[in-house]
Amino acid sequence: MKTDLGNHVPSLAGAGGGRGRFATEPVLSIRDLSIAYRTVAGDVRAVDQVSLDLHAGEVVGLVGESGSGKSTLAYGATRLLRAPAVITGGSVRYQGRRMDNPTNLLELSADQLTSLRWREIAIVFQSAMNALNPMLNIRDQLTDVMRAHLQVSRQEATDRAGGLLDLVGIPRTRLRAYPHELSGGMRQRVMIAMAVATEPEVVIMDEPTTALDVVVQREILGQILELKDRLSFAILFITHDLSLLLELADRIAVMYAGQLMEIGTAAEIHHEPSHPYTKRLLRSFPSLRGPRRDLTGIPGTPPDLLDPPPGCPFLPRCTEGTDACKTIEVRLAQVRTSVDPAHETACPFVLPDLPGVPASADGDVRAEVPGPAQSAVAAATSLPSTEELTP
Amino acid sequence: MSTQATGSDQPQPTSLDPTSVEPAGLVSAAAARGALTLAAAGLGKDFRLGHGQVLHAVSDVSLSLYRSAVVALVGESGSGKSTVARMLAGQEHPTTGTIWLDEQPVEVRGRRAFRSYKSEVQYVFQDPFASLNPAHTVRYHIERPLRLHHGRLSRQQVGQQATALMEQVRLSPADKYLSKYPHELSGGQRQRVSFARALAAEPSVLLADEPVSMLDVSIRLEMLALLDDLRQRLHLAMLYITHDIASARYFADEILVMYAGQIVERGPAEDVTQQPAHPYTQLLVSSAPDPDNLGGALRNATANGNGAASTTAGPAPEGACPFSRRCPFAVDKCRSEMPPLVQISASRGAACWRLDVAAPSVYAERGGGGDLSS
Repeated sequence: MKTDLGNHVPSLAGAGGGRGRFATEPVLSIRDLSIAYRTVAGDVRAVDQVSLDLHAGEVVGLVGESGSGKSTLAYGATRLLRAPAVITGGSVRYQGRRMDNPTNLLELSADQLTSLRWREIAIVFQSAMNALNPMLNIRDQLTDVMRAHLQVSRQEATDRAGGLLDLVGIPRTRLRAYPHELSGGMRQRVMIAMAVATEPEVVIMDEPTTALDVVVQREILGQILELKDRLSFAILFITHDLSLLLELADRIAVMYAGQLMEIGTAAEIHHEPSHPYTKRLLRSFPSLRGPRRDLTGIPGTPPDLLDPPPGCPFLPRCTEGTDACKTIEVRLAQVRTSVDPAHETACPFVLPDLPGVPASADGDVRAEVPGPAQSAVAAATSLPSTEELTP
Repeated sequence: MSTQATGSDQPQPTSLDPTSVEPAGLVSAAAARGALTLAAAGLGKDFRLGHGQVLHAVSDVSLSLYRSAVVALVGESGSGKSTVARMLAGQEHPTTGTIWLDEQPVEVRGRRAFRSYKSEVQYVFQDPFASLNPAHTVRYHIERPLRLHHGRLSRQQVGQQATALMEQVRLSPADKYLSKYPHELSGGQRQRVSFARALAAEPSVLLADEPVSMLDVSIRLEMLALLDDLRQRLHLAMLYITHDIASARYFADEILVMYAGQIVERGPAEDVTQQPAHPYTQLLVSSAPDPDNLGGALRNATANGNGAASTTAGPAPEGACPFSRRCPFAVDKCRSEMPPLVQISASRGAACWRLDVAAPSVYAERGGGGDLSS
């Protein structure tokens, strides 16, 4: 197990991509993005000042409950939302290898967006059954994408369509099949083939395997990683299944009530979760391996984003909350005990459990909660520069 | 349905000896919890596809549900697990086999028989978004089964019982939720309403078909905990259908693993998940996300953990082991002959010709002997 963690030591290259995580500029950089849904009752703050970077060849997992704003964040950053959703602030900088200058996606005109979409940023939607056109066969749908976004002839597109099916492990004989003739897993593979047809730099995957069986899910995830290694695109993987991300993602961002609660490498999130919400999430899924753990789940429901209470949004469900949590301003800061400046948490009070003490062994983490006075210090401490950490 | 040939020609057993239900003389791991309630032996279901083709959706499934115990039926989509549940629920007539409720053979024909059977055996659907009528309030969903199954009740009695049911599934204050429409509820709340609706008939058996798979991970546990609590308090006999074998480990007493309409392995939940014997169970277990193995295993996932062939492999020929096309251990015998259930311990069995190779440690420990080739 220990050797596997080597990939996730913060200063090393992002697993698979071969590029240093901090050596290159991020291909997609979301800064302080806020998105609201305008309703008669007022604005629903679905995404609140979220910042997230995506580097080439990296898999970033975005995990959260339904309604946490994870899909809104991804669709908002790619300008796919329409009214009543409004982007109320922030910027989304895209810097692809084929582009000379970085562009702010939020400032592009409709035409500029069209030329960028799919060519640079592609999406695998959650429900393949609804995303594929039931009236067209697979070949036509694949060639459509290539003809629309690449300057290729019909013949060339048809040839490539066969190659794409090879990539995702569907026999070429199924090119003429219609979506209803394919199983759920096959349809999802077609969606993935379609997403990589134009060799995009960023692929956003919105719960691509949620509706699938575990065995099929595993095959498809393996294929996604293989494709990513070969074509070196970056993946933003949205899911509510943290156990899946721990295995799949290089870095994981935990989202709750429209805000990021914690972000770190998969190993950090797994072994040194800092935010109480992350800790509870980790204790929410049954494990097949190892001894049976006490599972707790997370009782309660997320806050109403129409009129969110001040302070930490997780406070009503948090077992470690104090009065100080009612007034804190939620923002990410480095986990004090972590050597990785990129391991950030929105909870200034709770620290990761001590190494060697499994999180599930004893529920009493209160002892580690420092007084609120220390929290301000933590947020203000200057972060060590990345150079210092590079061996 | 006129194709009840095998069912009606045989002399119908009038009472039931529990030990005769389980194949190969196994004793269910769930049997210790309570009395036998619902049992099925040799259950099979064929669907006619036209052009003379027949789909054997389920063949020769035997299982028994005991009060206060949970039996999990685990398998991939299309393995026939929902068809088994639908037959047990009386919604589908079995092509072969017999079902017993409280040791009486069940013959669900006609509306009256169906309704009285339903008051004992209730079904919880997978999708709480589709199983509640969007045009009706929660109150309608809860009160209708109360009126249907409990004879004449005064309006006040119905109201009281509805409130009690809502509190049982921890939707309180009950009045607030009773007046809501399904779209006003979250997924977890809707599933609670489904549970309350199923409990309104005061059943002894609850058939839960993927009750949590549509819900968020953080809510799933709460739901399973609620089901577990209801099982204990109401002494429900429960069939838990899922494709998530990890949740079955925590929630069920006995696990039945289903593949292509047949039960390929059965036994106590902990044994089956920790030391899977059948190659398909091994594949299922190795496919579950493993947070302790960051990244590494997924990259080899096309080789699929234990070397099983891709899910895109076609179905096995008739009369062969259904898993033989994908099984890494398959030999000629597997492709021509159906393996019988081999007893591994008093409560555990697996249908595989190659157990000695596929799971040598389990095979070596097996009690009662029995040679694979016999």
